[in-house]
Amino acid sequence: MPVFRRLEEADIRWVEIQIDGQTTQAREGDSVAAALLAAGLRSCRTSPISGAPRAPFCMMGVCYECLVEVDGIPNRQSCQITVQEGMQIRRQIGTAKGYR
Amino acid sequence: MERHELIVIGGGPSGLAAATTAANAGIECLLIDEQANPGGQIYRAVGTIPEQRASLLGPDYNYGRKLVDQFNQSSASYLPGTTLWNLNSQREIGILRDGQASLISADRIIIATGAMERPVPFPGWTLPGVMSAGAGQILLKSSGLVPAQGVVLAGVGPLLLLLAWQYLHAGVKIHAILDMSPSGNIWRALPHLPGALLAHHYILKGLRYQMQLKMAGVKFFSGVTEFHAVGGDLLEAVEFTHRGGRKRIDTHLLLSHFGVIPDSHLSRCAGCDHTWDANQLCWRPVADKWGNSSVDGIAIVGDGSGIGGAVAARHAGRIAGFEAARALGRMDEKQRDDAAREDQGWMRDDLRVRPFLEARFHPPAELLSAPPDETVVCRCEEINAGAIRTAIHAGHKDANQVKFLTRCGMGPCQGRQCDNAVSQIVARELGDKKMISGGYRIRPPIRPLTIEQLAALDEGADPK
Amino acid sequence: MNAKSDVIIIGGGLMGLSTALHLGRRGIKAVVLEKASPGRHASGVNAGGLRQLNRHIAEIPLTVAAAEIWKNIRELVDDDCDVVLNGQVRVAESDAQLQKLQARVDAVKAQGYQHEQIIDSETLYRLVPRLVGGCVGALYNPDDGSARPFHAATAFRHKAIALGAEIRSGVEVLAIEESNDGWKLDTNQGVFSAANVVNCAGAWANCFAAMLGESVPLTPKAPTLMVTERLPPFLDLTVGAEGYQLSFKQMQNGTVIIGGAHLAKLDFEREQSVIDFATLKTSAQTVTRFFPHMAQVRIVRSWAGIEGFMPDNIPVIGKSAKAAGIFHAFGFSAHGFQLSPIVGRILSELILDGKTDLPIEPFDIRRFNESES
Repeated sequence: MPVFRRLEEADIRWVEIQIDGQTTQAREGDSVAAALLAAGLRSCRTSPISGAPRAPFCMMGVCYECLVEVDGIPNRQSCQITVQEGMQIRRQIGTAKGYR
Repeated sequence: MERHELIVIGGGPSGLAAATTAANAGIECLLIDEQANPGGQIYRAVGTIPEQRASLLGPDYNYGRKLVDQFNQSSASYLPGTTLWNLNSQREIGILRDGQASLISADRIIIATGAMERPVPFPGWTLPGVMSAGAGQILLKSSGLVPAQGVVLAGVGPLLLLLAWQYLHAGVKIHAILDMSPSGNIWRALPHLPGALLAHHYILKGLRYQMQLKMAGVKFFSGVTEFHAVGGDLLEAVEFTHRGGRKRIDTHLLLSHFGVIPDSHLSRCAGCDHTWDANQLCWRPVADKWGNSSVDGIAIVGDGSGIGGAVAARHAGRIAGFEAARALGRMDEKQRDDAAREDQGWMRDDLRVRPFLEARFHPPAELLSAPPDETVVCRCEEINAGAIRTAIHAGHKDANQVKFLTRCGMGPCQGRQCDNAVSQIVARELGDKKMISGGYRIRPPIRPLTIEQLAALDEGADPK
Repeated sequence: MNAKSDVIIIGGGLMGLSTALHLGRRGIKAVVLEKASPGRHASGVNAGGLRQLNRHIAEIPLTVAAAEIWKNIRELVDDDCDVVLNGQVRVAESDAQLQKLQARVDAVKAQGYQHEQIIDSETLYRLVPRLVGGCVGALYNPDDGSARPFHAATAFRHKAIALGAEIRSGVEVLAIEESNDGWKLDTNQGVFSAANVVNCAGAWANCFAAMLGESVPLTPKAPTLMVTERLPPFLDLTVGAEGYQLSFKQMQNGTVIIGGAHLAKLDFEREQSVIDFATLKTSAQTVTRFFPHMAQVRIVRSWAGIEGFMPDNIPVIGKSAKAAGIFHAFGFSAHGFQLSPIVGRILSELILDGKTDLPIEPFDIRRFNESES
């Protein structure tokens, strides 16, 4: 069950995005991080050190916890990027194994 | 290199006011902002928000519209959605816009980058489901998102009450509000009350929020200590000590808050002198009453120069705008003094409440400088407090040496989340009450820049 | 205060710490005077290259001896300093460049050393699979590698202390004068005296040499390094390129360190360097030229360490030409890290035995006097 819900407001405009290949709707003007939370995701990546799950923390661009892959480019700050129609978002899971 | 008379960095209340004032005095002025719309964090999305949600946020928030309108009517130019990755003492600025990195410069710079929430490491603060209260408010302002299954609000500071009040009106279930300010704060704050009463509206507002929340049945716990967020992969509950007993509240969402501190990354990168503020428990830039920093031609205003709130920030921005007009030859000293007098008066009045608020919401020292050994302090590199203490006791006597040895502060956030805590842990372990051991040296790029972007850097070489 | 010791070492960088350590191994307790904190400048923040490859011919005996020590660094300092010895290459893009590198190998072999070799392109791409296509070969040493400099400085310091050395931070030397039984150093923390004084003051070494009337043409400079975000492992070796200012390696934590002696703007008086991004643009272009897959990788930090450079890019090592009991080791011109364990040994030998077996004549401080006259 999602941790956040949307307020019921009039005149909401939606854009279609993909999260891990699944099509979902985000609100026009949402940050990618907000769209992930609204879609019910509880974590957006794993720590590259321990592999522990992490999620957006500050939402204002200072904690760098909300890093995800956006349109093929990894490690982007999802709280600082606005959703666009057709955007491909991927969580960054399992990278820990890649490091020595 | 593209050169401007004045560049203002940041589109919150102080930046908007500074740019508007300077532009109205005839200065060619560019305002650079990371966000897509003017307003900063406090008036975030103020120009685009639906009416219904705006009414939820209250009249203080809506005042921001006026500031934005005045800015839009001025001749200042505006560069939104622009990431700033460098500022040096020669007033050269590195920006990134639509993927293009460029170097630009200015005769004068006003830093108005505002505040960030004070990061405080506590056990479990890296669990998904733990966020800052500021994050909760941004989700509300920008996206109309509120907690779906209830929330615990915990920490210290007026934002907790404000957010709770806003949530209450949005029909959100608040499991509890946990106040971690030490019980002695009330008594330490009292001597400052007479001054604060001159700015009584702040205090009344706080009391009103608290009363309405209590009447709505929200549970308050004060004097909370030994606070832990617990869970496996996700947050499941909070545990804490209250009146001598251990308590647990199940929740999927915790919004924590420990006050705000200047976002000093940029001013430190530029080489401005900073000093430890023992009242606000943070680094703040050294600045004179016009906002001038130790670096020639760089001024710092608003919460970025020490926390004073949105109203004081707006006045400080105007004052710095007049000073820019003097420095750039549009006013003489007397004209500047006359122009700024009114704002200086208003600002002084508004700031009277600060000593009271600082004492009332002073976070407990233990929480900041003595996290348990197993607590992660550097979230990026997962360095815990014990490793930091081990490094200190192996002879690394300042935050930078601890950083070199342990990698704390070397991850993607570039030390933003652990600098304040690491400096205080170092000082406490060394008995360095004056914080002489210092904080991290901040190195550019202060926002990550790709190799490709640097390789295509437009340094605007002057054609000769 | 007034403290007396056998040996005072000025400068708590790697050279000073290594000298203190080697003296300690032979029972001499040195005092190290450091004006900031140990490893604060070039020693703690350099790229950590353990490179024998492509060094000045005069440095080869020293670098080979140093490499033997790094191989078993734990025996010296009880710590592995994160040493990784996976080799270094210097890439050639053209046959002309490769011929130049071949001539280099021949010259080194003529001196009796075998550590450098030429590899063909097939071997090169086996060693560095992500290298851009079209390179024809490389100069190669399989025994080179890297260490983590601040860890090394810390390990050297701890071991020196364990062997009896005393490290004094925040002590700045203001003046020196000869006394009946040696030298008297006036500092901001009182007077220190000793029979022998070693000048390991790095970029500040000339200030001290000048006090003795033997100033040298040392130039302080601040070479820049950049580090990226963590990446999955793709590179074991350290890569340089003929004709380019490039030093490129992936650390064990996944980050990539990019160097190549691109200089920051230095304000030496204030000990502050300003990163010059217009210069680093060239560095980024070199990286994308040789490693195109790095294009979208993020740089998270850059920094510069203040280092002393000599006009001929080789250091000053040896006894003072003007005063008995004074020794110098400075001016390593941004490639001293690898030499540090052997330089400390050489200085300890010069102090205690009056001589060393290694050929240090090319590093004599008098070479600058001769060129003047």
